[in-house]
Amino acid sequence: MAERHTLEGRLPVGAINTRASGWWAMIFTVFTEASLFAYLLFSYYYLAVQPHLPGTFPEGGQPDLKLALPNTIILIASSLAVAWAQLGIERGNKHRLALGLGIGAALGLVFLIIQYFEWAAKPFTLSSTPYSSLYFVVTGFHMAHVVVGVVMLSALTWWSWRGYFNRVRYAHIHIGALYWHFVDVVWIAVFITFYLTPLLGLGA
Amino acid sequence: MTSIDDYERSPSIGQPSPALTEKLKSLWETKPGFIGWLGSVDHKEIGLRYIVTAFAFLVIGGIEALVFRVQLAWSNMRLLTPEQYDQLFTMHGMTMIFLYAGPILSGFSNYLWPLLLGSRDMALPRLNALSYWIFLCAGLFLYSSFLMGFGPNAGWFNYVPLAARAYNNGPNIDIYSLGMILLGISTTVGAINFIVTFLRLRCPGMSINRVPILIWGTLTANAANIFAIPSVSLAFLLLWMDRNLGTHFFDTTAGGSAMLWQHLFWMFGHPWVYAIVLPAMGMVSDGLPVFCRRPLVGYTAVALATVATMVLGFGVWVHHMFATGLPTISLSFFSAASIIITVPSSVAVFAWLATIWTGRPVFTTPFLFFVSFILLFTIGGVSGFMTGSVPVDWQLTDTYFVVAHLHYVLIGINVFPVAGAIYFWFPKFTGKLMDERLGRWNFWTMFIGFNLGFFPMHISGLLGMPRRIYTYPDSMGWDWLNLITTIGSFLFGFGVLLLIYNVIRSVRHGPTAPANPWDAPTLEWTTSSPPPPYNFAVIPVVASRHPLWEERLNQSEGSRSQIETGLLLDHGKEALGTTTLDAEPNIILKMPDDTLVPLYLALSMTVVATGLGLVNWWVVAVGGALTATCILAWLWPEARLGETAAPATGEPRHG
Repeated sequence: MAERHTLEGRLPVGAINTRASGWWAMIFTVFTEASLFAYLLFSYYYLAVQPHLPGTFPEGGQPDLKLALPNTIILIASSLAVAWAQLGIERGNKHRLALGLGIGAALGLVFLIIQYFEWAAKPFTLSSTPYSSLYFVVTGFHMAHVVVGVVMLSALTWWSWRGYFNRVRYAHIHIGALYWHFVDVVWIAVFITFYLTPLLGLGA
Repeated sequence: MTSIDDYERSPSIGQPSPALTEKLKSLWETKPGFIGWLGSVDHKEIGLRYIVTAFAFLVIGGIEALVFRVQLAWSNMRLLTPEQYDQLFTMHGMTMIFLYAGPILSGFSNYLWPLLLGSRDMALPRLNALSYWIFLCAGLFLYSSFLMGFGPNAGWFNYVPLAARAYNNGPNIDIYSLGMILLGISTTVGAINFIVTFLRLRCPGMSINRVPILIWGTLTANAANIFAIPSVSLAFLLLWMDRNLGTHFFDTTAGGSAMLWQHLFWMFGHPWVYAIVLPAMGMVSDGLPVFCRRPLVGYTAVALATVATMVLGFGVWVHHMFATGLPTISLSFFSAASIIITVPSSVAVFAWLATIWTGRPVFTTPFLFFVSFILLFTIGGVSGFMTGSVPVDWQLTDTYFVVAHLHYVLIGINVFPVAGAIYFWFPKFTGKLMDERLGRWNFWTMFIGFNLGFFPMHISGLLGMPRRIYTYPDSMGWDWLNLITTIGSFLFGFGVLLLIYNVIRSVRHGPTAPANPWDAPTLEWTTSSPPPPYNFAVIPVVASRHPLWEERLNQSEGSRSQIETGLLLDHGKEALGTTTLDAEPNIILKMPDDTLVPLYLALSMTVVATGLGLVNWWVVAVGGALTATCILAWLWPEARLGETAAPATGEPRHG
C-alpha cells in the first residue's frame, strides 16, 4: 500500500515560498500579462507594415535613444536590486531585504520620472497618427505596470521593515518580485520594438 | 525566537468522527444572514450562484431571440424597427456567448472541481468570489445601456467601421467595450484559479492521468483563456480610445486598420468557442459512461484530443475572415488548420459511441441529453467542416447557414450537455431527485423544438438569406422556412421552461437523494447530498480513475482508494497542497475565511468602468483609489494564513 506511506512525514504549513498558491497564481498572471503585451506589439507590427504616408511611422523619424537607453539600464538595475533583496531574505538578512526592495522601488520611480520627460519631448500627441497612438498606448500600458510595481514594492518594503518576513516565510517577496522582474523584462521587448526596429528600416 | 518547527508539522491521519466533523463544520460554514451570504468564499455557493445567474441570462437572451423570431416569422413584418432589431440581435449574441455559455460552465466547474479532486476548496477562494462578483457587475453594466434604450447594436463581434464613432455616435458601443473589459477580468481571474487548483490541489494519488475528463476540459479551456482574453480586452480598449480619445487604431481614414479589429477579435474569438464547449464535452465524457455502466472508452485519447483541439483552436481564427480579401497562402493555411481540427473532435465522438456500443445503456433523462449532444455536435461539426473550405465559405458566409452552424455547435455542445448536467448533478447540488417523467417531456420538447427551429436555417442560408437583416421581401420565398424556424424556437423555449419548472418543483417536492443516486464512480458521490461545507472530513487517497467502482473493475484489494482514512487537517481552515504530476502531499495550505473584500473590489472596478463610460476622470480616479485600497487590504500579509514570520494560528509552538 504505497499510498499510505506518502501521507506520513512532515509538511510545511502556510505560505512557504514557491509552494504557496499565490506564487502559482502570479506565474499565470504573468502569462496573461505577457500575452497582453504580445497583442500590443502585434498591433504595432501589424500597423507598421500597412501602407502609410512617408515619415509617419515612426512619426518624426527614428526615436532618440538619449533618455530611453539610460532609462532601460535604470529599470534593469532595479530588478537587480530586488534580486539582491530576495537572496538576502533567503539567508535571513532582513535589513538587506528592506534595503534592496526600497532601492528597487526608488529606481522604478526614477524610471517613471524620466519617462515623463521622454513623453513631454515628443513632437506628436496621442491622436496625431496610428504610430503616435501606438507609442503612447503601449508605453502607457507599461508605465501603468511600473506604477503598480512601485506601489507593490513600497508595500513590500514597509512590511519588510516592520519585520513581517523571515528566512522561512517570505512568499510575498517572491510573488511581488516575480511581477517586478516581468515588468522589467517586458520593457526590453517594448524598447526593442519602438527604439531599435526602426533602425532596421521597419515601417519606413 | 521562532524555529523551523513553527512552520512544519506531521499531520495526523485518522477517520471521521462526530467531533471532527463538528469542528470542521464550524470552521468552514458560511456565516448566517445576508452579510454572511455576501462574504461567502465557499466554491459550492459560488458555483451555484454562477449557474443561477448564467441561466437567468440564458432566459433573457432567449426572450430576446423569441421577440425577433416573431419579427422574422414572415416577410415585411413591422413588429420591430431596424434599430430595435439591431440592438436585440446584438444583445442576444452577446448575452448567450459571454454571459451564459462561459459562466454556466464556470459554475459547474466551480461547484464540482474540488469535489472531483478530493479537495476542500479551490486554490484561491477569495479570487473565486471576486470572479463571480465581477461577472455579475459586468452583466448588469452591459445590460444597463440596453435598458436605457441604447444597447450595443453592431453585432456581437462588433466590426469597425460600423462600431466606430463616425457611424455609431451613441454610448451603445462604449458600454459594450467597457463591460467586456470588466467581464474579461472576471474570466481571467477565474481561469487562474482553475489552473492553480489543477496543478496544486488534487488529493493524494490523483496523478494527472486519473483526473476526470471534466477537469481536462475546464483546464484546457481556462489555459486558453489566459492567452486569449487579453486580445479581446485590448481590442475593446483600443476601440473605446478610438471613440473617445481620438486615437487611430481602427480608423482607416487616418492610416489605421479595420482588419486589426477583426484579427484581435477572432484571435480571442475562436479559442473562446472551444473554451465554451470543451468543459461541456468533459461533462458528457464523465456523465455518459455512468449510464452505460462502464468506464469511458479511450480516456487517454479523449484527454489528449481535448488538449489538441485547444492548441489547434489557436490557429484557425482567420476562417472567420475568409471573405475579407486576405492572400491565398493565408487562406490555405487557415483552411487546412480548420479542417484538421475535426480529427481530435472525431476521436472524442468515436470514444463516446464506443462507450455506448460496448456498455449497457440506461435511458435516463441525463443520458438522453448526453446522447443527443453527440448527434447535434456531429451535425454542427459537419457544417463547420463545410465552411472551413474557402470556396464553400465564400458562398455561405454571412448567410443563415452560418447561423444554423453556430447554433448547432453552441446549443448542441453547450445547452444540451448543460441540461443533462443539471439532471445529473442536481441531486448532489440540492439533496433532491428531479422528476424523471417530466424530464423526458423536457428532453423531447427541447430536442424536437431545437431541430425544428434550426435545421431549416441551413436551407434558408443555402437559398441565400443573409443574417442580420431585420426583414425581407415576400418575393424571396423564405417565408415558410422562417415560419417553421419561429415555431421551432418557441417550442424549444417551452422546453427550457419545462426544465426550469422541473428544477423548481423538485427543489420543493422532490424525493430525498442518497449520496450516490446514479451509482457513479467519482469522488463527488462519496460526499453527502448536498456535500458538507468542508467537502471531505478526511482527505481521500485515490488509486484509480474510478474510486467507487474499484471492486467491480477487479482492482486488487491491497491497492484500492481510501475514502474513509486520510489526513485530518483540522488545525484551522486547511487544505492539502500536492505536487503537480504525481499528487504527493507537499504543503498544508491555510485557507482564507469569508470576506467582503472581493465584493468591494468588484464594485470599485465597476466604478472605474462607469467613470470611463462617462469619460469623467474624477470618477475614474475615485474608483482607482478604491480599487488600490481593496487590493492592498486583500494582500496584507496575515499570520492567520501563515504568510508572516509569526507562527500560523492553531499551530502548537514547537509541536
